[in-house]
Amino acid sequence: MPFRSLTDIQAQLHAGETTAVQVAQLYLDRIAQYNDDLNAFVHIDPENVLAQAEASDAYRKEHDARPLEGLPIAVKDIFCTQNGPTRCCSNILEDFEAPYDAHVITRLKEAGAVLVGKTNMDEFAMGSSNETSAFGGVQNPWNTDCIPGGSSGGSAAAVAAGLTPAALGTDTGGSIRQPAALTGLVGLKPTYGRVSRRGIIAFASSLDQAGPMTRTVKDTAMLTSVMIGHDAGDATSVADAPNFDWLKACEGRDMKGLKIGKPKEYFIDGMDKEVRAQVEAALTQCEALGAEIVDISLPHTEYAVAAYYVIAPSEASTNLSRYDAVRFGHRCDNPEDLEDMYARSRDEGFGAEVKRRILTGTFALSSGYYDAYYLKAQKVRTLISQDFKEAFEQVDIIATPTSPVPAFKSGEKTDDPITMYLSDIFTIAVNLAGLPALSQPCGFSQDLPVGLQWIAPAWQEDTILAAASAYENATDWHTKSPVKFGGEA
Amino acid sequence: MSWEVVIGLEVHCQINTKTKAFCGCSTEFGAEPNSQTCPVCLGMPGQLPVLNDVAAKKTILTGLAINADINLESKFDRKNYFYPDLPKGYQISQFAVPIVEGGYIDIPTKDGEKRLGVTRIHMEEDAGKSMHEGLDAVSHIDLNRSGIPLMEIVSEPDMRSADEAIAYLKQLHQIIKFLGVSGADMEKGQFRCDANVSVRQKGAPLGTRTEMKNMNSFRFIKQAIEFEVLRQIEIIEDGGEVKQESRLWDSVKNESRSMRSKEEAHDYRYFPEPDLPPLRVTQEEVDAIKAGMPELPNQLRKRFETEFGLSAYDADVLTQTQSLAQWYEALVASHPANPKQCANWLANELLGRLKELNKDISESPISAQALASLLDRIADNTISGKIAKDVLDAMMASGKNVDAIIDEKGLKQVSDTGAIDAMIQEVLDANQGQVEAYKGGQDRLFGFFVGQVMKASKGKANPAMVNQRLKELLG
Repeated sequence: MPFRSLTDIQAQLHAGETTAVQVAQLYLDRIAQYNDDLNAFVHIDPENVLAQAEASDAYRKEHDARPLEGLPIAVKDIFCTQNGPTRCCSNILEDFEAPYDAHVITRLKEAGAVLVGKTNMDEFAMGSSNETSAFGGVQNPWNTDCIPGGSSGGSAAAVAAGLTPAALGTDTGGSIRQPAALTGLVGLKPTYGRVSRRGIIAFASSLDQAGPMTRTVKDTAMLTSVMIGHDAGDATSVADAPNFDWLKACEGRDMKGLKIGKPKEYFIDGMDKEVRAQVEAALTQCEALGAEIVDISLPHTEYAVAAYYVIAPSEASTNLSRYDAVRFGHRCDNPEDLEDMYARSRDEGFGAEVKRRILTGTFALSSGYYDAYYLKAQKVRTLISQDFKEAFEQVDIIATPTSPVPAFKSGEKTDDPITMYLSDIFTIAVNLAGLPALSQPCGFSQDLPVGLQWIAPAWQEDTILAAASAYENATDWHTKSPVKFGGEA
Repeated sequence: MSWEVVIGLEVHCQINTKTKAFCGCSTEFGAEPNSQTCPVCLGMPGQLPVLNDVAAKKTILTGLAINADINLESKFDRKNYFYPDLPKGYQISQFAVPIVEGGYIDIPTKDGEKRLGVTRIHMEEDAGKSMHEGLDAVSHIDLNRSGIPLMEIVSEPDMRSADEAIAYLKQLHQIIKFLGVSGADMEKGQFRCDANVSVRQKGAPLGTRTEMKNMNSFRFIKQAIEFEVLRQIEIIEDGGEVKQESRLWDSVKNESRSMRSKEEAHDYRYFPEPDLPPLRVTQEEVDAIKAGMPELPNQLRKRFETEFGLSAYDADVLTQTQSLAQWYEALVASHPANPKQCANWLANELLGRLKELNKDISESPISAQALASLLDRIADNTISGKIAKDVLDAMMASGKNVDAIIDEKGLKQVSDTGAIDAMIQEVLDANQGQVEAYKGGQDRLFGFFVGQVMKASKGKANPAMVNQRLKELLG
């Protein structure tokens, strides 16, 4: 049961073989049993979870089941929720309780989902290993000496260890896909503008996008189809976004006629050899399923990380100005004056990585430096989008490794921000271009999961879902689960 | 030495929308502190701005009224600074590409009309209000104003005196009122002005400017500019240098003081607001806004002069506000025979009385039609102009119509020759001595007889007839 997909649990609920309360209880028990080993959840309110499940069972008796009726979903601590704290895993939001639900949370509730709790994450989603969380790091269920990836590390570990069948994450530079890859899950970053950002605590507004982390491609499609849709309360949410039947898109069983681009910039020296071998083996399998592999180039890839680490901190530096100790959040004791209140409250409230990015962003936007940094980075961003546009004139979809390395040891890179930033080298360009991308498991390196990333043109998640479903159907990587938590490797 | 003054003005004008610029909160003035706020204008985590279209449309209308270009694509930027009444830590504004660029306003000067350039109008949101007075060791913040839409109207440095600056501001204020895009109530801070002032020798390059911040009365603005000009000239003539700085006008002490030097100025770190896509409008939308534009003060003034034969002065008085101009046009429509007389009665008689009552034309107790019927009674000789003034008082006090008052008070003018002759004879009989003197050549006694007859008639005799009959009867 704990490692079953949402789709399977849904079938059992529909068949009356189990109830939402039984399902919720099973996962609550597992959280009670394993969360101390993983630190995946930072807030759990079992009574509230069971109350939601009971309400769902009652609803099912009276009405047709809603799309996510009774299905447990965990939520990254970056989504504002009316019940309980929303802290973005930062001390600056130590006592914060949002008086509103994020738009996505409202969608989930309306679809009958049971919200399981808040998952751990890098502070303000700034990190690639979940080690910047104010609530401590998260352990990778496949090897608890290793990090689960970040910033949605708590969501990844919770799903991978079977503490919830699915979770929500957010992806600014790879924060869904990289942890999904490092824990053997499916994770999708939808096209920018597909999912409302309202009520999701902003990191970098032009890059942030919420998405699901699940065990199967179909689960990802099912969850995304509930999350999406225009929201008049988010001006960057696109009103007339092209849409399709998300579950039907997962019926693909072969790849006949599909042209898959293999960009040379994503298969490079210095990446983990086994990761490369696994991803190349996956592409061979795709050929066997009928796809044509086309060597392509995305020539500006090497500048993506640099551009990202100017743009994202620039936006973050002003997005985080509202944490000023005036209206909510942490305030230092006995401030001498206004200046002292600002300085000490923010110094005490923010962790080192968040401060580093605020300083970087403030510098990049400063008068005299703006043109050299922010404006230049925006130009690079345009070139990167252009690269993808040209590539998609030749191919239908692009396949790459999600991460150059499998999960690394906790503490291994914390002293070296540049090396840490390179963890996202294969995921960042997608955010800069606003494209949809999905990671799915495609093998193991040193007994740790390896992720295969699919990238499609804007609004063509259906192309991704078809390819990923065909690959998933032909392989069994998605059925593996960590033995230590009762799974089958 | 001959000094030239150079002035540029920045006007912050509250756009009168029902709801705030980026959220649904009310913009009503004077509510309980912080009662008109929501997670968006409180800057809470995850909250996003959505532009109020009405604010954009009103800014476009203002741009069209000052002959400016409308940018079909404009952009929002963040202006970053920390202050407790700025909840997000940044103000959403337009920096790189404002919605309106390049207009002008014509002002009257003694050398004829002068054209003053308007650089740009951009939209932005207001901050809240900090309150320090009467509080010990704490400040209070009211965020009702946070997120109220403003337009900032930036002029070219085209003004050469405080009087020109005031003429520009009054003209702009009037246009804005006519357009109905702002209450522009200066006491409520809905129309506030920063003035950039410098002095130079005629023909020399621009001098160092100082900025006088946040003034909300024409009188203070004039005083502040004049003070600043003298201050700068004195510094330079004493061999000193003007420092670039922001200054605050103290209207109690009638002087300004330094607020912030150039070195202390903020680096606002402007950059494109990622939460808002560029604001796009179509030429068709702009044309539709233009089609709905009311007649502007300048156009009205010129039309009143040509169509109704008014003097420039009267035309100016009657176009001060849209409601006054409309009132005048309604009056002329009901009494078309004499537009000039309409202007006199409205401007001198009615407005004078309203002023004593501390009322606006829109609060007048009598309608334009009622005043027209009074003028009709003068025209048809029912009453004299002098009696009409008393009738007007009675109409305003009682709200009764003109004929009822004339009947009630027996004010109907006497135009009957027999009755007038009888009154004249009575006066002449009673003043034999003056009659003799008049006949002996003292012509100016004629006025005395007119006065005596009018007095005898209690003002009701038709003055023209009295004149005519007197001449005849005195031979």
